[in-house]
Amino acid sequence: MSDARLAQATDGARRPRGPRYKLTRLGETFEGLRARGERALVAYLTAGDPSLADTRRLVLEAARRGADVVELGVPFSDPLADGPVIQRAAMRALDRGTTLPRVLETVATLRAETNVPIALLTYYNPVLAFGLKAFARTAADAGVDGVIVADLPPEEADPLAAEAEAAGLDLVAMVAPTSTPERVRLIARRSRGFIYLVALTGVTGERREVPRDLAAQIRALRRVTRMPVCVGFGISRPEHVEAVGRLADGVIVGSAIVRLVEERAGSAGLVEAVGDFVAALKAPLRGPR
Amino acid sequence: MKRARPRPAALPDAQGHFGRFGGRFVPETLMAPLVELERAYARARRDPAFQARLAGLLRDYAGRPTPLYFATRLSEQAGGARIYLKREDLCHTGAHKINNVLGQALLAERMGKRRVIAETGAGQHGVATATAAALLGLACEVYMGAEDIERQALNVFRMRLLGARVVPVESGSRTLKDAINEALRDWVTNVRTTYYLLGSALGPHPYPVMVRDFHAVIGAETRRQARQALGRLPDALVACVGGGSNAIGLFHPFIGDRRVRIIGVEPGGEGLATGRHGASMTAGRVGVLHGCMSYLLQSDDGQIATAHSISAGLDYPGVGPEHAYYRDAGRFEFVAVTDEEALEGFEALTRLEGIMPALESAHAVAHAMRLAKTLPRAKAIVVGLSGRGDKDVHVVAKALGTEVK
Repeated sequence: MSDARLAQATDGARRPRGPRYKLTRLGETFEGLRARGERALVAYLTAGDPSLADTRRLVLEAARRGADVVELGVPFSDPLADGPVIQRAAMRALDRGTTLPRVLETVATLRAETNVPIALLTYYNPVLAFGLKAFARTAADAGVDGVIVADLPPEEADPLAAEAEAAGLDLVAMVAPTSTPERVRLIARRSRGFIYLVALTGVTGERREVPRDLAAQIRALRRVTRMPVCVGFGISRPEHVEAVGRLADGVIVGSAIVRLVEERAGSAGLVEAVGDFVAALKAPLRGPR
Repeated sequence: MKRARPRPAALPDAQGHFGRFGGRFVPETLMAPLVELERAYARARRDPAFQARLAGLLRDYAGRPTPLYFATRLSEQAGGARIYLKREDLCHTGAHKINNVLGQALLAERMGKRRVIAETGAGQHGVATATAAALLGLACEVYMGAEDIERQALNVFRMRLLGARVVPVESGSRTLKDAINEALRDWVTNVRTTYYLLGSALGPHPYPVMVRDFHAVIGAETRRQARQALGRLPDALVACVGGGSNAIGLFHPFIGDRRVRIIGVEPGGEGLATGRHGASMTAGRVGVLHGCMSYLLQSDDGQIATAHSISAGLDYPGVGPEHAYYRDAGRFEFVAVTDEEALEGFEALTRLEGIMPALESAHAVAHAMRLAKTLPRAKAIVVGLSGRGDKDVHVVAKALGTEVK
């Protein structure tokens, strides 16, 4: 990427104001997608479910079959933003001894084989236990690109944001249907990499339909930011992805993939089944809107 | 490092921080509703009509003021300081929980929320919430760990009689901590129509403040009653601490009275050395759970540990943030009392005074007896007797090796 384009992309995609930084891998990915007229598929996997070795294989397969960003869930004992599917996955992963340090080791080994941007989805306590500075540095060194903390609103995020910034890690913030216009502006300003738009009031999990007021939520965000907007929660089928892909820059699918992992865990066809599903989810995001 | 002098009036700050504790660590979906709740509470608090209605219910419905009772025979048995009991066990529904529940249920009604949800451990907060919901005609669902449902069958049935739906929680440790997770998941989903009536002095701001304020009537009455009975303030306050609601209610009005020792009693379970306990102050580290920063029982990599206690109401791996603050500030002391010692406290109070305490409160009784022995008769200790023990009779029977049919 030329310097001029880099500066332009940095301005547009990642940092509406302020000094110029090197574009992160997440920023580059969204720029590339935009240039190709595509939207991002963000594929979520719970790290360590059914094992970290499987997670490694699943990340590589997801990236090969069309995931533009992989979101790795760090299992936590009390996942209060998650529905039953991801709760069960977290429990399985914890039973197998998965810890945040081991998830970071897994990412480090993955970096020899893939360039796909990796964002961690975690709760705050494992990060606190690791130590904010140590976490940000270790994660960045391991090749983690972004961090999303499910229970860390902007009001409490300054300490981690400072360490993430220093380490070159994008701290992705979430916007919810209940966020007031004032909060939407605050979050848009604070978020790095992309903005995670929570599509519904509720926990993660599959739903029959895409919420109707999503278009209005996205419009509200577009008015205050040029940062990429990825939509998650409740999106589980290719037709949902297609509908959301018409509005957003990226679509996040979690529980539906995790449920597939749950069903196929231990079978020879696990990796292929997840790969096929990822390919089916990505397909509607390739063409023009 | 300079130790900050506790100034209760300045706490918490605008974001709900007690020093480094407290705050609001919740999914974004709950942030705007929490701000709305905070504002609604601030208005209600200033509204004389709201305060008058609450005071009326506390008096005529809950049975306040509760007595401050001098436990003569218990004091003699302990040998030393005089032990007084603040009789929250005499409140309607059998525990202090009703104070907070009436306040918050009135607030829910005022905010136009027709559905309330709650979590419960021992079932006391669930029963109190179901009671207030019946009183005000609100729909009520109570989340309760499946293990606690087995331990507290009587309270489960009471809640159902009162018209509440009791939702068993099978996830995690199947106790109070998981019931709070599930209640928060419900609230995230139904936040526009539902009021989350949290029962302990924890959770995201403004809950710790609200719960403390509604229970502060315990300490305020105790001050007046102690002045009457003793002609002065007591020398020590002792209360059990799970999340810490009854304790903060008793303690808070005394924080500025430096000569009054304030002691929280944590569940020591099978003993601190066994690792099977709920003593988050004594054996925990700072972390974030259920929306606030406080002391938590957790693993080295930040997974929340399972608490253990004979009393379901203390079976929680964390503690309210204000307690954590005053512990670090050196104002509150914390000690642990084991299951076995709590049972001894239960038996002592039952046999000597004819008062059967909740197993939670029995922890405080046990420590008060221990403390009284070390002090002269001129000293007075007030125990927060947070609840009555009917609900625990079968647990006590089992622990004593008999079965109640």
